[in-house]
Amino acid sequence: MSINRRQFLRGVAATGASAAAVAAAPEEAAAALQREPRGRAPEALGLLYDSTLCVGCKACVAACKSANGKPPEISADQSDWNAGTWDSAKGLSAKTYNIIMVYQNGTMAAKDAETDGFAFIKRQCLHCVDPSCISCCPVSAMQKDPVTGIVSNDPNRCIGCRYCVYACPFQVPKFEFEGAFGRISKCELCRHRLAKGELPGCVDSCPTGATLFGRVADLRTEAHRRITLKPGDTYAYPRGDISGKYGEHREPHEKVITAAYREEVYGETVLGGTQALYLSAVSFDKLGLPYGPDIPTSGYASQTEGIQHFLYTGMIAPAAALTGLILLARRNVDKHHSEADEDAEDSQGGSHGNA
Amino acid sequence: MATHEHMPVGGRLVTAPFIFLFVIVFAAAVILTQRFVFGLGGVTHLSDGYPWGIWIAIDLIIGTALGCGGLVVALLVYIVNQGEYHPLARAALMTSLFGYTMGAIAVMIDLGRWWLGYNIMLPWLWNTNSVLLETALCIFLYIIVLIVEFGPTFFERLGFKESRRRLHRVMFVFTALGVLLPMMHQSSMGTVVILLGYKLSPLWQSQLLTVNFLFTAFTMGFAIVAFESTLSSVALKRPFETRLLSRLCYIMMWVLIIFLGIRFIDLLRLGAWPLAFRMDVQAISFWVEYLSGIAAIALLWQERNRMHPRYIFLGASAMLLNGFMYRLNCYLIGYDPGHGWTYYPSTGEIIVTLGIFAIQIMLYLVFVKQLPVLHAVRKA
Repeated sequence: MSINRRQFLRGVAATGASAAAVAAAPEEAAAALQREPRGRAPEALGLLYDSTLCVGCKACVAACKSANGKPPEISADQSDWNAGTWDSAKGLSAKTYNIIMVYQNGTMAAKDAETDGFAFIKRQCLHCVDPSCISCCPVSAMQKDPVTGIVSNDPNRCIGCRYCVYACPFQVPKFEFEGAFGRISKCELCRHRLAKGELPGCVDSCPTGATLFGRVADLRTEAHRRITLKPGDTYAYPRGDISGKYGEHREPHEKVITAAYREEVYGETVLGGTQALYLSAVSFDKLGLPYGPDIPTSGYASQTEGIQHFLYTGMIAPAAALTGLILLARRNVDKHHSEADEDAEDSQGGSHGNA
Repeated sequence: MATHEHMPVGGRLVTAPFIFLFVIVFAAAVILTQRFVFGLGGVTHLSDGYPWGIWIAIDLIIGTALGCGGLVVALLVYIVNQGEYHPLARAALMTSLFGYTMGAIAVMIDLGRWWLGYNIMLPWLWNTNSVLLETALCIFLYIIVLIVEFGPTFFERLGFKESRRRLHRVMFVFTALGVLLPMMHQSSMGTVVILLGYKLSPLWQSQLLTVNFLFTAFTMGFAIVAFESTLSSVALKRPFETRLLSRLCYIMMWVLIIFLGIRFIDLLRLGAWPLAFRMDVQAISFWVEYLSGIAAIALLWQERNRMHPRYIFLGASAMLLNGFMYRLNCYLIGYDPGHGWTYYPSTGEIIVTLGIFAIQIMLYLVFVKQLPVLHAVRKA
């Protein structure tokens, strides 16, 4: 067989045209190549962080460090007076799995106000329902517990490629770049403490109930109850574990509502849903969370896995392509190389025409 | 007429440029010693915001695209049956072997937990949802295929006629794999960054990344063949392969036109064009990418130009720049993790990247001088 240049170019043009058709009809194509979104595990555990309750004491940051055996972070500009007693972590890092950050605007006079106000935000792993880090990990070092939904990293498997660091939409997994033998480190919801019936460090230490632990199903019910509250209402905020199973019994924290909740529970749908939920009086994007019309309600992994499964499920398409290529190659390799073979046998310097 | 015959070029190995390249490779080796003693943080500017730097974006993502010469020539010669391009095949396969091998070495250097790197070869640990796993396995298998494809050159040099004949009998299987594996690998490198979601600017984030990476693999694969052929003709004082290259340029120009057309329509449907006019670093980088593509087409549009080694070289260079920038943009410049993170490669990172490419040029020179890689020049 022989395909001339014109036919070849026609083939190239046809490929291009079909790709252009995909470009012109994006929605259908994107939907067709999307993997089914993952569902929530019924007994999944998580956190409910209520920004309006947080007083910014950072007891959770210290408790997290002691629960996970992590050292304080000292900024370079503090080295002459800070011997290590003052943890000055500025964000999540390989040494800091949990942090309280602050949104500030204008005079910062009022708590939980977007204008001339401030608001706290707690950052840690959100334990996504459909995590990018799990999808991308080539060696299955990232695992999502089928019952609790806790996302953890196994350093004995991890090869340190850092794709999870690159891909996480919440910028959670971190790598220890210092030292020759670093590892991926992230919040694992203190699963070592849960195994002993204890609360995660951040929840155990929270005085106001701003960080509440429990089954995600219960936390969602609680969160929806709160967003119906109006400023002036009094509410008894549960602390610790909402079901009372983990940790010792705690009295609720009675408080008069001062700031109006945004009528949305962050984490219910964002990027396919998370097991850490957020309530706030200021917009979630102000708190540094991915939020807005550009952020889909399905995980990015459902897009890449959709493409991947479309091309490679059962290796059927590659096998078919390979068969076709082998058939074509056999004819053409024989043709070109039988001549080349003879050529090799011939005495050197012999030459012949092109095929 | 071109012939199928290949001959070693011969000549002195240790020349001034060769020593210069060696110095770069030596400097890179020193940096790499530091990297393994002090960790990635010791020599790179990598951070938790930018966990992948130029060792991935340039050495691997762009380096393997420059290693697609073998793919496009094999596709033309053995699949589309354009036997006339056969004289280009060996050099192209060899460059692919170097490009892919050095890409794989770059990954191993970059692995934070390299001592567990063998885990990727353990099937019970495989996560088949991981696009990265697929790319890693494709690289590994393709390097093996390239070694087999390049085998006849060694056998010829060593005079192993029987081995060469036996290998030819099964070569069509490796030729087919040598087309399929890099296509799987190259397209999946596009899928890898789809997972970045909103962190990748809409100027590049698209469901078509998978297709676009395949297109740039072809444009860069074509362009590197023309680029390298022209350059080696000058450097090794050999006649230009103009007639073959001009036809190659015609094909690659049309592949590029289709790629730029898809990009244009895709950005239109994503509503991303306004971002190109904000004149920030991303927009400037976008225009360098897009306009170098336009420049390549302009340089190669007229048949008269395609017959001229200078235009072939300039056109191929512009096309390489287009693919280089597209991929750099997708992996680094278009990527913004927010929260004030920034990245600019350290001197050490740049030296290692230069070393990765310098060693490839050194290997090229050694191989073409010692092995029958380039087709023989007929004495007039």
